[in-house]
Formats: sequence, structure tokens, C-alpha cells
Amino acid sequence: MLRDAWLVTKKDLLIELRSRILINQIAPYTLLILVLFGFALDADTETLRDTGPGLFWVSTLLVAILAIQRSVDVETSDSAIDRLMLSGISPTSIYIGKTIGLYLQLIILEALLFVVMVVLFDMSVVNYPLVIVSAIVTTLAISSSGTLYGVIASGLGVRETLLPVLFLPVLAPAVIGATRTFGDAFGRVNADGWAWLGLLSVIAIVYTLVGMLTYGNIIEDT
Amino acid sequence: MQRTEKQEFTTSRGTRFMGISLLLGIPTLLIFSFFLSPADDNMDDAVRLIYVHVPMAIFAYVAIITTGIGSVFYLWKKSRWWDTVAHASAEIGLILCGLVLVTGSIWGRPTWNTWWEWGDVRLVTTLVLFLMILGYLALRQVPANPDLKAKRASVVGIIAAVNIPIVNRSVEWWENNTLHQKSSLTDGKLENLTLFTLFLGFIVVGISFLWLMTHRFRVGWLATEIETDGIAGVIEERLSEGSFEDGNPNYQRKDEVQ
Repeated sequence: MLRDAWLVTKKDLLIELRSRILINQIAPYTLLILVLFGFALDADTETLRDTGPGLFWVSTLLVAILAIQRSVDVETSDSAIDRLMLSGISPTSIYIGKTIGLYLQLIILEALLFVVMVVLFDMSVVNYPLVIVSAIVTTLAISSSGTLYGVIASGLGVRETLLPVLFLPVLAPAVIGATRTFGDAFGRVNADGWAWLGLLSVIAIVYTLVGMLTYGNIIEDT
Repeated sequence: MQRTEKQEFTTSRGTRFMGISLLLGIPTLLIFSFFLSPADDNMDDAVRLIYVHVPMAIFAYVAIITTGIGSVFYLWKKSRWWDTVAHASAEIGLILCGLVLVTGSIWGRPTWNTWWEWGDVRLVTTLVLFLMILGYLALRQVPANPDLKAKRASVVGIIAAVNIPIVNRSVEWWENNTLHQKSSLTDGKLENLTLFTLFLGFIVVGISFLWLMTHRFRVGWLATEIETDGIAGVIEERLSEGSFEDGNPNYQRKDEVQ
């Protein structure tokens, strides 16, 4: 199962590497969001430092929507998903593979976003392990639910509007937890980041399990 | 398929009984809430909102759990009956969640001196639950194949139901980040008339939930019947257009058609 999943992941990453949409379009969009937040908040560095953790995860979610749509487009254009299903790979393997593919893309974007935020907002990290573990867990929650919701919203003719309506509320608890964790890691809020990480882990595990169990039911109609 | 006269309505003896019970129960609850039960030492008259706020919150959870159960059974049995249950329950859950948020805000103003507190995890997660159900219903409104929509909505419904424990246990998990008091019921702080009125609130809101659920389910089921019978009806109508025996003036024999 994992070998099949890795094949799907490699396929998605190879397509991204060749099309360069992640680097040429989505990454600049990520930077643009952060710059616009700077303008919107009057370029007050102290305010930006306080709100930085939240802005980071809101930016990540906005970027994730584009990455999810891209991930679904790869399968729906030219009915590629039909060929993938006919290849004998199980829906669970497809789900895991696409989740890992999306996960790795988001991690790259988050790394870029993190560096730019630290530089532009003049932020300093006080707890690096918390930042890294929090990003790993939260990104799993985003990619596992994103892969599932991307398929749910596809093929109905209203994907662009329906996906955010479905996807963003589901991730809201994760954003609350991740913001608190990052806030603690940046020394900006008085919260126990590791305790919030427990919530993030539960969300990530639950969404991944639900995705693995239900993906097969919806993928066949895409 | 012949439809009987009875199927044209969503009423039955059971729903009439529930309706009459509500006609008696709601005024009784209002009398107990506003006149007979005492004001609280700390919250004063604001405590009277507990008689609707808490039962509505509990039944909002019940509604979303029902949606989750209906969704699981739909994916398992592929039965439109379960899908209709899930859909009906989600609509009532949305209304209850909305009312919980409104009554919570009204309660929060005199008690916590704020309409809305972002630091309160339970309030925020109830809002999130509300938005998730809103998304579920948005998906249900998309014009698409009913089976396809039902499958996808089922997954969304399951995730919404799975989120309830996060909402419900949030007070205990993050005590320092919430304004909500611990459950007064389990702490045994409520006594006598206050406790009785609260239980009366549970009964009234519970019957309201069942009453609305039954009617909404029957409306949903009739809509499902129209969807399925509609196609059969159109086919039957088309077939009858070709029937000479029916005296159809538009009928043309095949050899007459050029």
C-alpha cells in the first residue's frame, strides 16, 4: 500500500517539478499575502510581531487552497483519475500518496513563508523544536483534510467557491491551536504550546483516518 | 406509482401529539423561567437563559451526531432514508447552533461584560461547528446528481460529527483559555426549582427537535420520492403520449410520420 502511495506522491511531485506552478505562481502569491498584511497593519513592527503567528497560518491556509485545487486539477484534467483507478492502486493508497504530495509542497511553502516572515516582521524564535513539530503536525492536518475536501468539491462546477466554504471551517480549530503554538514558540503569547500540540495531533490523526476510510467512496464519482 | 392522499402531508398522529405538547410546554417553560424560578446570586436574571441555552446546545450536538450517524449509514447501506435523516438533522442542527450562539452572546454581555470573547474556546468552536454545517448545507444545495451529492455530504457530515468531542471537552482541556464555567449540572450546583425548570427546558427543546425532525424528514422524503417517481412519471407520461387508446390527439402512427 505504501509503495503504491509513494508512486502517486512521486507522480504528483514530478508534475509539479515540470510545470513549476508551485515555484512560479503559488510561492510569489505566498509572499504577496505577507507583504499585504504588512501594508494592512500600517507596517507597525510590534503589531506584526504579535500577529505574525496568526498571519503565518492564515497565509498557509490561503496558499493551501491553491495547492489543493492544483492537486485535484492534475487528476481531473483529461480524466487522469480514471486511469489511476484502472491501474489497480487502491483508493486508500491514492489518498495517502496525494496527501504526502500535498504535504511536501506545503512544507516547502511554509519554510519559505517562515523565513520571509522572520525577516520582514523582525521576529525571533525562542523555541525551535516547537516551531518544527507544530509545523509538521499542522501541515498533516491541512494536507489530509485538503486532499479529501478537494475531491468533495470537485466536479460540481462550483469548486472555487465551495472548497473554501467546506475546507476553512474544518481547519479553524487547527489554526487556533497552531497560532497558539507558534505564539508560544515566538514568545509572543502566554500559552503552553506543547499542550496545544496535543489538540493539533488529535485533529491530524482524526482527519487522516476519516480520509483513509471515506476517500474510496467519493473518488469513484470524480 | 399511485400516491395516496395521506402521503401529501407531513402530519401524523404522533406529530400532532408533539405539536399539542409544545403548545402546552412552551408557555409552561416561560412561566417557570421568568416567574417561578429564582434569580441567581451571581448572574442575577441572566441565569434564566440557561433554561433554553443549555438544552439547545445539547440538542445541537444531538442533531449533528444524528447527521454523522445518518452519513455513516448512508455510506454503508447506500440508503436514501439515512441520507434524508442526515440532511434533515443538519438543518435543525444549524438552527440550534445559531440560537446557541445568539443566546450565548446575550448571556455573555451581562455575565462576562462582552458580546463575544475570542479567547473562549467553546464559543469559538460552536461557531466553527455552525460554519461547518453551513458548508454541509451549501454542498447539499449544489445542483448535481443526488447520489453524488449524498456521498460527498456524508463525508462532510461525518467530519462535523467527529468535531463535536473537541467542542464539548474544550472546557476541560483548556481551562485557562475559556470564560465558560464548568458544567453546573454535573457539579450538582443547581437545586430544586432551577433544576426542575432546566429539565423542563430539556423536555420542551427535545420535543421541538423531534417535531421539527419528523416534519423535515417527511418533506425530504417526499422530495426524494418526487426525484425518483418524477423520472418514472415522465416516462409514463411519454409512453401515454404514444397511446392511441388514450385518445391522445398528438398520437401519430409510425407510418404517418415523415
